[in-house]
Amino acid sequence: MPVAVEIENLVVRYGEKAAVDGLSLTVTGGTVTSVLGPNGAGKTTTVETCEGFRRPDSGSVRVLGLDPIADHDELMPRIGVMLQDGGAWSGVRALEMLRYVATLHSHPLDINTLVDRLDLGTCGRTPYRRLSGGQKQRLSLALAIVGRPEIAFLDEPTTGLDPLGRREIWQLIRDLRDDGVTVVLTTHAMDEAEQLSDQVHVMSAGKVIASGTPDALTEHHTKSLEDVFLELTAPKREIS
Amino acid sequence: MTTYAPQPGSAPFSRKVLAHTRMEFKLLIRNGEQLLLALVIPLGLLLLLGATGLGNRLPLGDARPIDDAVPRVLALAVLSSSFTSLAIATGFERRYGVIKRLGASPLSRGGLLAGKIGAVLIVQVIQFAVLVGAGFALGWKPVGGAQAVVGVVLTVLCGTAAFASLGLLMAGVLRAEATLAAANLIYLLLLVGGAVMTPVDEYPEGMQSVVRLLPSAALATGLSHSTVDGIIPWAAALSLALWAGVLGYLVSRTFRWD
Repeated sequence: MPVAVEIENLVVRYGEKAAVDGLSLTVTGGTVTSVLGPNGAGKTTTVETCEGFRRPDSGSVRVLGLDPIADHDELMPRIGVMLQDGGAWSGVRALEMLRYVATLHSHPLDINTLVDRLDLGTCGRTPYRRLSGGQKQRLSLALAIVGRPEIAFLDEPTTGLDPLGRREIWQLIRDLRDDGVTVVLTTHAMDEAEQLSDQVHVMSAGKVIASGTPDALTEHHTKSLEDVFLELTAPKREIS
Repeated sequence: MTTYAPQPGSAPFSRKVLAHTRMEFKLLIRNGEQLLLALVIPLGLLLLLGATGLGNRLPLGDARPIDDAVPRVLALAVLSSSFTSLAIATGFERRYGVIKRLGASPLSRGGLLAGKIGAVLIVQVIQFAVLVGAGFALGWKPVGGAQAVVGVVLTVLCGTAAFASLGLLMAGVLRAEATLAAANLIYLLLLVGGAVMTPVDEYPEGMQSVVRLLPSAALATGLSHSTVDGIIPWAAALSLALWAGVLGYLVSRTFRWD
């Protein structure tokens, strides 16, 4: 399978502090890959570097073989980005925003079908500022995939959704993968990562500290991914 | 059955710009504060100056008060739409993550800029239709014919480029709230101290050399020369073009998508 994302020795600093500190990972095309890590591990910075929002201090990032900053205009039509929050004018109506972003693409998904799939029909004329948290999440996901991207970067895609809503989004992510879309998830929801991922990367202090399939990381599901995550990322205690 | 099979691609540049222009314009006309700045204040000022006799008591220039007032109010309208409204709207777009969302879309920096300028120009066409109509109703008699029209268009285009660059620069380097405060403050300062409503010659001698260099002075003087004297104001246009060049360069250096 082709490599969709290739990161080598990435370092991104905010002032003196290295948010990402020599990180390397690859994402295989047509898979769902989850990036896990405690708060401040550098997940969002890593993904934002792939999306062209952060400039590496050193190392290299290639997405679909392109440099996210130097090749920005060539890359952006090929990726979909779900932001963690915001991303729409406060006064824009949900459907209006979706139609607008669809217009920027050459072969967008059918809007009505997407609206039905994500249950956005009831809030189509509601201004963005009046949408519930769950409706904002669904709209944000719709905006990320409406352009039929090759890679979808989804940041916490089910935060704020009820259990049924989560299951619906999980099925949509599986459908995306089955149709050939590469999905990169950042999430705190371990069950989500375990259910959906073909590959999991666990980050801590700006580095990848473990990678593998959920099956391998959980030793054939003899323990949960949450247990594995806690073992890997728990602060080390010194025994006196 | 929907397929999500990748079929990525960007729409043609013209379609993206048109879509963004339409979106910015729709959002602007839904925003009461923006309409206040763009239309209500300039129109109110024109009515005060042209219909109440106040124009006779203020130092607007040497021509009939209404003939001096119309080009200066038009300059104020250009200042409000191309600078104040644009800066505030863009500052809050950054705050709400809209700029970031658009940065992850096929729009491109050129498309974003062209769409914003397109929306500003549509607003200006409406501003001019209303203010020029009101001016004629109040007895405005511009001179210069086609030459005046060319002068006005040239000055407005150069002024829009200069002030839009200033607005985008502020929105790029300041927080949204600071942009809101600074854009309104600069609007008021230029209205009073930037030779928008009063010719440069009316300012104290020590200030004139500084005031003359301001883009607001060039904009108002250019429009005034066009319709009061009937000439193409090349010097004012050149001044505004230089401001646009310098500020546009700074925008290109400071612009970021997040």
